[in-house]
Amino acid sequence: MHAVYPLGLGALLFAIGLYGVLARRNAIAVLMAIELLLNAVTLNLVSFNAILRDQYGMGQIFTLFIITIAAAETGLGLAIVLLLYRQRATADLSEQRELAEPVEKVDTDELEAREVEAEVAS
Amino acid sequence: MNTVALLAALLPALGAAITAAGGRDLRHAKFWSTAPVAAAFVLTLLVAIDHGSGGPSIHTYSIGTAGQFHVEIGTRITGLSALVAVLVTAVAACVQAFSTTYLGGEPRYPSYAAFISLFTAAMLTVVYSADLIVLLVGWEIMGVCSYFLIGHYWEKAVARPASIKAFLMTKAGDVPFLFGIIALGVQAHSFQINAVLAAAGSDALSHPAWIAALLLCGVLGKSAQFPLHSWLPDAMAGPTPISALIHAATMVAAGIYLVALLYPVFVLAPAVLIAMAVIAAITMCGAALCAFAQTDVKKILAYSTVSQLAYMLGGLAVGGRSQAIYLLLAHGAFKALLFLAAGVVIHRVGSNDLSAMGGLRFRMPIAYGTMTVGLLALAGIPPFSGFFGKEAVLGAAYDATGEFAAPGKIVLIFGLITAGLTAAYSLRLWLGVFHGPFPDAPHEREAKVEAPQAELIPLVLLAIPAAALGLVVLFGTGFSKVIGGWYGEQGAVSSDLWPGGLTTLLSLLFVLGFSALVYLAWRRDEQADPAETMLGPARDVLLNGFSFDRLIDVALVRPTRAAARLVDFFDTNVIDAYVRGSGSGARGLGTVLRRVQNGSIQFYLTCLFLGVVIMAAVYAYVGTVS
Repeated sequence: MHAVYPLGLGALLFAIGLYGVLARRNAIAVLMAIELLLNAVTLNLVSFNAILRDQYGMGQIFTLFIITIAAAETGLGLAIVLLLYRQRATADLSEQRELAEPVEKVDTDELEAREVEAEVAS
Repeated sequence: MNTVALLAALLPALGAAITAAGGRDLRHAKFWSTAPVAAAFVLTLLVAIDHGSGGPSIHTYSIGTAGQFHVEIGTRITGLSALVAVLVTAVAACVQAFSTTYLGGEPRYPSYAAFISLFTAAMLTVVYSADLIVLLVGWEIMGVCSYFLIGHYWEKAVARPASIKAFLMTKAGDVPFLFGIIALGVQAHSFQINAVLAAAGSDALSHPAWIAALLLCGVLGKSAQFPLHSWLPDAMAGPTPISALIHAATMVAAGIYLVALLYPVFVLAPAVLIAMAVIAAITMCGAALCAFAQTDVKKILAYSTVSQLAYMLGGLAVGGRSQAIYLLLAHGAFKALLFLAAGVVIHRVGSNDLSAMGGLRFRMPIAYGTMTVGLLALAGIPPFSGFFGKEAVLGAAYDATGEFAAPGKIVLIFGLITAGLTAAYSLRLWLGVFHGPFPDAPHEREAKVEAPQAELIPLVLLAIPAAALGLVVLFGTGFSKVIGGWYGEQGAVSSDLWPGGLTTLLSLLFVLGFSALVYLAWRRDEQADPAETMLGPARDVLLNGFSFDRLIDVALVRPTRAAARLVDFFDTNVIDAYVRGSGSGARGLGTVLRRVQNGSIQFYLTCLFLGVVIMAAVYAYVGTVS
């Protein structure tokens, strides 16, 4: 089999996953997109293992590890989403903006010398 | 004897330290302020008697090398320095004794007395120093003491600006003076006074005129000569004994002393001698006119001091070195006496103003007698001390030859006019204070209001030299021999102080003429001020000292203020603009970048992804190019 099929499929999966992570609003959908990303990577690893004829089978071993870790990660991620939903009654990621830097108006006059002097004097 | 001289200079410094250490504790302040100065007087007298008319006696201690100069400090005694030291300690001792009752009750008396002692030590340092650097140190300490003592009554609004003015104006002269000393020392390859004089004598100085001009600036500042004279009348805001010691008898005479000390350097520069004569002529006449118009007793005496110092400077400009020094000594005695007597009068009357006085001759007989002696000496009436000084300077101006001829003519003409003016303001002061009706009391003989003895004894003691210092004339050239030659050497000059000839006749005519005018004006109305009737509209101009302060204000103070404003404008609007700009620029940039931190994780990831893509693209592009 030509190597371009699995690699092309991997790239396609990665692109879909990336779109899902970056654009979907639902937290569950994002978690699923992450799974897609991981699977794209594992597909690549297996493909290259076959293409390069690695005698130790490192690609496959990594894949097994990644599947294990992905299972744990999904469990953890779902727990977080569950907690998020319980606390906020929504799983919409676009509404989770607590870490935003507050934006305040800064006038150029604020740094005038006279005001600084007045502050020092007071 | 050099050790004794050193001891004499150190004793008042010790007294100053102990008096100052006592804080406001008045118990021992009077003893520790008076006794060390009195002891120093005895020591300086011993030094002067022992030295006699010998050559310079030098004793130095080596304290190491600084660059190419070997630094040695020590004492150098010549006839000149020995006599001036006696004047300094004598007046200082009188003033300290006078102050024990005059200012003894004041809470700040210890600091005042400590400054007088410190001043005495500094002046003795100037007088006895063997090298120019130590001399400069003493010179500056005197300036600082003067500053603090003028500002002694810092509660008074006049005293604060007066002290700052005195300090700034003398410093304006001291900066060129410092450069002059450095130039002199570098060219003579030594700062030792003897070496400097030897270099001047052997024509080893390459630019004597520049050096002399720079040194003259310091002299003008310290001795209150035009155009740096106007600090001295303002300095009268200090206590009266201070005016007697520092601003009449000693510190202001230090400038004259310095010219006499480094006389060979000045003689090498005829142009500077002419400048000296012109400055002296302007100062002596202008100050005498101002003294005639003033109504404040202390300011009359202050302008009189400026005028008399100009007389000494004029004497030096025409080659009359020992004559000028004689006038310095005589003036020190009678002007200290006049100030102290004026202080006594001012304390009893309670006002400085001439219009508040009058008819005090029966109420204060001792002040009257001593002040009369002082004023006779000031006016130059024979046989009092001032007469011989004035005549000697005029005689030297008349006889001046060679490079002294041109300054001689200037000094002679203005000296004669000033002699008349001096007599006029002395008579006006005398009549105004002691004669005529007393403004508030119709029965002027009623009660005596004499001062305490501690104030009267110094007056009497100072009246003796003021009256009798002229006796040295009987010794012919003896005084000049004691003073020593230009280089401090023994018996080289044989100038005579004996008055005689045309100048004496002319000056006596001037004195009599001007005095007669004042007396006639006074006789017409005993309560009116003779200055008002005689000067008319010119009086207001003279009362302000020719509006010299306003001239300084226009010529110096306002341009300086304007320049300061310009610098301030430049600082706040140009330099600070960059500083503020960097601050507001950083904050502005921060505001823009802050909008990116919108809290959306997906947005962050998108940016991260885009960044990786861009980096990869750049890497790929660079990789293909290279």
